[in-house]
Amino acid sequence: MLSVVDLVKDFGGLHAVDGVSFEVGQGTITGLIGPNGAGKTTPFNMIAGAFSPTRGAIRFDGEDISSFPAHRTFRKGLVRTFQIPRPFGRLTVLENLMMVPPGQLGERFWNTWFRPAAVRAEERRLRDKAIDVLDFLNLTRLGEEEAGNLSGGQMKLLELGRALMSDPKMILLDEPGAGINPTLLGEIVERIAVLNDRGITFLIIEHNMDLVMTLCDPIIVMAGGKLLMQGSADQVQSDSRVLEAFLGGVVEEEGGVA
Amino acid sequence: MEGGLSFLIFFLIFASFYSLSSLGLNLQWGFTGLFNVGIVGFFAIGAYTSAILTGPPYADTLFGGFGLWFPLGFVGAMVTSGVAAFIVGFVTLRLREDFLAISTFGIAVSIQLVALNFESLTRGPNGMYSLPRPLAGYFDSSTLDNLLYLIMCLLIIAGVYWAFERMVRSPWGRVLRSIRDDEIAAAALGKNVFAVRLQSFVVGSAVMGLAGALYANFIGFISPLDFIPIFTFQVFVMLIVGGSGNNLGALLGGLVVWGLWSGSDQLIASILPPTIQTQAAAARIVLIGFVLAVMLLYRPEGILRERRIVSREARLPNRE
Repeated sequence: MLSVVDLVKDFGGLHAVDGVSFEVGQGTITGLIGPNGAGKTTPFNMIAGAFSPTRGAIRFDGEDISSFPAHRTFRKGLVRTFQIPRPFGRLTVLENLMMVPPGQLGERFWNTWFRPAAVRAEERRLRDKAIDVLDFLNLTRLGEEEAGNLSGGQMKLLELGRALMSDPKMILLDEPGAGINPTLLGEIVERIAVLNDRGITFLIIEHNMDLVMTLCDPIIVMAGGKLLMQGSADQVQSDSRVLEAFLGGVVEEEGGVA
Repeated sequence: MEGGLSFLIFFLIFASFYSLSSLGLNLQWGFTGLFNVGIVGFFAIGAYTSAILTGPPYADTLFGGFGLWFPLGFVGAMVTSGVAAFIVGFVTLRLREDFLAISTFGIAVSIQLVALNFESLTRGPNGMYSLPRPLAGYFDSSTLDNLLYLIMCLLIIAGVYWAFERMVRSPWGRVLRSIRDDEIAAAALGKNVFAVRLQSFVVGSAVMGLAGALYANFIGFISPLDFIPIFTFQVFVMLIVGGSGNNLGALLGGLVVWGLWSGSDQLIASILPPTIQTQAAAARIVLIGFVLAVMLLYRPEGILRERRIVSREARLPNRE
């Protein structure tokens, strides 16, 4: 579904991502883990089109999207959420969701003057769809609340909801479990599993190992801007290089640990 | 009594120039977060365009004096100020937002300099005079003539208000507000941030140009001295006092702040000796600054705050 080939990103002299290749298979929940500073968010940003890679290729659904800006990647059916939620604070929760679907008739402002009935009908459809998403996420009671007033965990759910509004093929989740109480975390995990059953592919960056080990297969491990290994939860947990990387060792080529 | 009424009408006509500009700014700043500090530049382009299209020919200009019917002057004003905004926006709206502020400020200064120096088009410091006043001469009384002009201004404002309300309460307006709140998230959700910002900037500036045309044809005389940066400052204060993000607030702010501005003028004229009146006039700027500071401290959302639910259909069902 998604393949990344020999991806490189330099920021000045820093090699944030240094020749990384991996694949995300259709229908999987693939985990991307690694110690802080391992270079996990940078590939995310490149895949989502926030910036272009220095070198390397990103292919999604058979198309090279390496140089796509964010809004084009989105239209291909690849959506991301942010590590720190970015709600539209002065829009209501419902408005946050309703803005998402691309190519709305009413996004061309002259249609609001000359075709008000069609725009209104479309708006009602979008509202009903948004309410379905809110029902799914147990957020319906907050529909008319300004998104800026939500708690951190509710904002995470809202981010997931915005992603769902686009009927995506694949969702990139950047630390969905960070800063969330265990009850809400369980809810998010369960929702992700349901969505995956419905056919959505996930790529998840996460530090919470409970979440990763129960939900993700395969798991990709990065350290120091490089790919360390890829495998199932059992394989990752029993790999000495992974343990060393997380416990603070410096990784050398081919698994030697300094 | 006649004097009081005539003053009131005159006051409201001027307030409508400001309110209309403030409405245009609200689309840009209130809903899209575009920091346009060149309002006076677009206002001036509109004024000069209408003067050239509707005004009489002058012996010393090479171009203009078409003497067209006034609505054509108004439409032309919107077109030229919109085109100017398109050019400025096209080169700056991809950049970080502070570039827009710097470049719009520069544009406003440049436009004033062009008006001052391009004498074969604008007559430079001599100004353009004898511009035709629309709807004048139907009555014997100038008060009634002014009343008619006021009614026309109010109808135009009502039309723009209606059009803007439709726009901001639609999906288009929702995209504007999402860009204002977080442009990175808006782009990640597939919105073409640049294109939508450009639309907002052009439409808002065209309305400022329309306000300039209304001004030029009412006064009948314009010169570069009419288009100084304080105008931009006034309009911003009007929007913030009235309520940024609320179209009715933008109009109200124009009325209230223009009332304070011209009221303090009257006050200064009546209580201070003529010798220091010019210096005292500067105190008005301090007064407006004071009003702005008080407003930002105690009611930063303005007299009328942004509605909580803006999108027309974004309501949960069965919540009577």
